[in-house]
Amino acid sequence: MFELDVTRVQGEFSLEVDLRLASRGVTALFGPSGSGKTTLLRLIAGLDRPDRGRIAIEGDVLCDTATRRFVPVHRRRLGIVFQEARLFPHYSVRGNLCYGMRDEDPAAVARISGLLGIDHLLTRMPNTLSGGEARRVAIGRALLSSPRLLLLDEPLTGLDGARKQELLEYLAALVRDIDIPVIFVSHDPQELLAVADDLVLLEKGRVLAHGALNDVLARPELMSRLGGFDISAMLSARCHRHDARRQLSELRLSDGQMLELPTLDVEPGQWLKIQVRARDVAIALEPVSGTSIRNTLKATITACQPLDDMASVTLVMLDAGQQTLRALISTASCEALGLAPGMTVQALIRAVSLARPAAAPALADQEVP
Amino acid sequence: MLTPLEWEALHLSLKVAGVAVGVSLVPGIALAWVLARHTFPGKSLLDGLIHLPLVLPPVVVGYLLLLAFGRQGVIGQWLARFDIGLPFTWQGAALAGGVMAFPLMVRAIRLSLEAVDVRLEAAARTLGATRARVFVTITLPLALPGVLTGMMLSFARALSEFGATMTFASNIPGETRTLPLALYSVIQSPGREAAAARLCLISIAVAMLSLLVSEWLARRSRRRMEGRDV
Repeated sequence: MFELDVTRVQGEFSLEVDLRLASRGVTALFGPSGSGKTTLLRLIAGLDRPDRGRIAIEGDVLCDTATRRFVPVHRRRLGIVFQEARLFPHYSVRGNLCYGMRDEDPAAVARISGLLGIDHLLTRMPNTLSGGEARRVAIGRALLSSPRLLLLDEPLTGLDGARKQELLEYLAALVRDIDIPVIFVSHDPQELLAVADDLVLLEKGRVLAHGALNDVLARPELMSRLGGFDISAMLSARCHRHDARRQLSELRLSDGQMLELPTLDVEPGQWLKIQVRARDVAIALEPVSGTSIRNTLKATITACQPLDDMASVTLVMLDAGQQTLRALISTASCEALGLAPGMTVQALIRAVSLARPAAAPALADQEVP
Repeated sequence: MLTPLEWEALHLSLKVAGVAVGVSLVPGIALAWVLARHTFPGKSLLDGLIHLPLVLPPVVVGYLLLLAFGRQGVIGQWLARFDIGLPFTWQGAALAGGVMAFPLMVRAIRLSLEAVDVRLEAAARTLGATRARVFVTITLPLALPGVLTGMMLSFARALSEFGATMTFASNIPGETRTLPLALYSVIQSPGREAAAARLCLISIAVAMLSLLVSEWLARRSRRRMEGRDV
């Protein structure tokens, strides 16, 4: 468990945070700029001291103002990847990777660089790397210092779409592979959906919400903060079979409902997390025919909520086999269809943004055979 | 090619300037680091004190050195206990040159230390490096071009030092008669224009050479710091 209970005042701004984070998995620290993410990160790293509070990892106290304990930065053993890669320009990629290692361990370097796809860059100098490559080296360097926690500060900021997607995939693979908690700082809802298990929502130096990603996402009052128009839902589904002729993969939700996606590179039986943007979901009262949309899920409406900043658009929260799905439709059609909580409707899914392998969800136990 | 006297002056000059730079390098880096990375009461005073030789007449500096290191001086008396006397020796000439060149060295090193990205140092700390290791492996290598520039500037300054050396160490052939003092002696007596011209040329050659070597070194290390192939 990672315990974090700190207060720090910086001029006008004050940070007051009290959190217990899981020992495993990815916690996204999410909030707009100025919400205190960087301040919190610097406190965790030991680059700043809290005015009051305590930070402990697995019972090992890093900082406690009550007992005046303060472990200096270099003895905290936390892997921190800053927004800018901060590679040392006078060391090669290999030199950077090995900087934080106590003993040279070529096997570890080979394993991590293979995992991050940087094994062909080892002899290069940092200023010859692309932005995405430099970030991956920075992540590898942090990991090789055998940290007890990995802290990623907006690691995708400033990368273009393709590089971002690429790094996101490396990150998703990485966090499944490593056995330490990861804190992922971000202000982009799309990023955290792709990798996070838990979500901490930070605003003006306070924790607004903390919990499992889907639980926090399911709270309509937080919706405008979590990306508004771009909001998505993550569904767990299992790859059922591949259809080579039509180049489609068939996925099943835990309640047996089916989705078809362009062929995925996973084994049948593998669980996946798939991201569905709310604006890619439409609603029909009855099963529809004569449409180009192939994916339809039967779902129950749990809430209808016009957007705070755009009342002409309504967010409909749906329950599809105990998983939350969201749909953004115009308020006018919501009224015309007479949508209300408790109604069973058809959710038409125009597109799935992202699918990544994931562990089986807790729900899987109740799976319908 | 050179007369024995010219050899002697050249050799002495290089020795005096080399020792001056060598001895002032570590305190120079330390003071530059303190000035670049710390704020404390009396910082401007310290800064001013270091820069004093740059703005004072060299004779004044030489005289002050004589007061401090002379037989009656505070430091001089203390050194006398170990049978060390600096005035009128080549070590004294090195001291005078070093003091006169010190501000140039500190200035150049300080500028390059200020240019080192503190975020890289923070990153190194999070990777488990102590402050000392960060300084040796990150800060100093990245500031190396500036350190080399500082060394070259102070070497050239110590080489050309005249007033403070003359006052503190005097003009003793074979002991403190460096190139500028030799030149001065030569032009004191009439009819030795040719000898003066030769000493002039030697001075120019040595200065140019040290400039070129240090430029080359600085460029080379800058390129390495920027991660390009050397």
